[in-house]
Amino acid sequence: MSAQALRRLVLAVPALWMAAFFLAPFAILLTIAFGQVSEGLPPYTPPLRQTPEGWRFVPSAESFALLLEDPFYIEALLRSFRVAAVSAALCLLLGYPMALAIARAPERARMQLLLLVMLPFWTSFLLRITAWIGILQDQGWLNAALLALGVIAEPIPLLYSEFALYLGMTYGYLPFAVLPLYASLSRQDPDLLQAAADLGATPFRAFLQVTLPLSLPGLLAAFLLVFIPAAGEFVIPELLGGPSAQLVGRVLWTEFFQNRDWPLASALALALLVLLVAPIVLLQRRLGGA
Amino acid sequence: MTRLGKLALPLGLGFAFLYLPLVLMALFSFNDSRMVTAFTGFSTRWYASLWQDEALMRALFLSLRIAAVSATMATVLGVLAGFALARLGRFRLRGGFAAVMAAPLVMPEVIIGLSLLLLFVAMEAAFGFPAGRGAGTVAIAHATFGAAYVAVVVQARLAELDTVLEEAAMDLGARPWTVFTRITLPLASPAITAGWLLAFTLSLDDLVVASFVSGPGASTLPMVVFSAVRLGLTPELYALATLLVLAVAVGLALAWRLLLRPPRA
Repeated sequence: MSAQALRRLVLAVPALWMAAFFLAPFAILLTIAFGQVSEGLPPYTPPLRQTPEGWRFVPSAESFALLLEDPFYIEALLRSFRVAAVSAALCLLLGYPMALAIARAPERARMQLLLLVMLPFWTSFLLRITAWIGILQDQGWLNAALLALGVIAEPIPLLYSEFALYLGMTYGYLPFAVLPLYASLSRQDPDLLQAAADLGATPFRAFLQVTLPLSLPGLLAAFLLVFIPAAGEFVIPELLGGPSAQLVGRVLWTEFFQNRDWPLASALALALLVLLVAPIVLLQRRLGGA
Repeated sequence: MTRLGKLALPLGLGFAFLYLPLVLMALFSFNDSRMVTAFTGFSTRWYASLWQDEALMRALFLSLRIAAVSATMATVLGVLAGFALARLGRFRLRGGFAAVMAAPLVMPEVIIGLSLLLLFVAMEAAFGFPAGRGAGTVAIAHATFGAAYVAVVVQARLAELDTVLEEAAMDLGARPWTVFTRITLPLASPAITAGWLLAFTLSLDDLVVASFVSGPGASTLPMVVFSAVRLGLTPELYALATLLVLAVAVGLALAWRLLLRPPRA
């Protein structure tokens, strides 16, 4: 096989696969969003369809009109972005000191510590979120512990609250934040801190004026790496959030599985995708540059 | 080490936060009582009843099969893509190719799942393939996002490997295909194995994408677990979680060792 042919083959196989199963689906999503709900299987009429007069393109803006008219959907989108942003901020707050500690740990221990951070990330997301039901429910471990300690006189409702939602989001996405923060912090030259100390800076001031500003690109990457998947999260609001936690991933799920409104679900997915394009491009620039 | 002093506390708290739920589940999976919160005595009976739960076992074997097949497909795709990005230099639309390969890493699962389902439905209407949905469509979906993870791992590994061996083989007259199979692939094999393990784990863990693209009769383990969780917590679920955590810990430790092993040059 010639070098040229091999080159073509190596590129063509993954490129065609991704074109077929990653890019083409978005094109279909776009068309179905302009379709209409109907009885039958599949439960929609596509905008491009055969009529007695031949093939006709009859787009319907019904789903988009519904998205804009019913405040429920706009609110769900806004709520998702707010929850994702707050969760990302919480992950940074918790993850930053962890990443800093790992970056400053003895070299031999660093990889093991990182592995410990990653391990929960790879083990059944669903069951780890389930564990929090056992912790937070009225007869749960947390209420039992607080009752035993005499902090509370009767169980307090913790599950199905904003608190449970943010707790679950932070828990689920914390490893996403620690990794890029660690990558950024471990690249810093330790001599910089020595220089700051020699010039009379207290450790706290050296942190504020040297470590923190130098880690800003890492902070941005970590924020986006949590924010983007969190904005479409389904499992956590569904299992921990209670009825008021109507985030867009959950609304989309309900429209698709319960209401069988595929065009509306597609329009919602499209809206989420459009809103996420800017953060995704920004993140790819960040990671590409690193 | 003195600098770690004050940082040891947040690090310890962070790990406690990450591991407390896992430890509690493991502990209560050995609880004798069906009550999931009060510990009454030691027992392994929930592990036994897990074994006898037919629906769960069927789902487990289906998930393992899908994971093995999709991880293998993802590895082929990801190795080629990682190689293209690390070794082919400049080519047309390289930026676009890199962006599309990496996009599934951050794309929300509901979007991937819904758009792939719509594709499968449209394909079936147009060419009759795939006929219906089930394990096959789930495997295709998992291979697609798994390939993104494999590509990242393989590309990173190849980028840090010196090309001197590949160049020497070329100079000695080896054909490009021979260089690829005899030099590049063996050198990248730790990353390839690690990538396969990551893709396998991701497939085994996926609820959202599988729920969209699967069909009747093909419920994966996360789908069965999800419907069980909605009905209430049981000690069997804790036993299952404990076993899964153990299995993944072993697999991940293996993948990690492979990635860290210095390349033999």
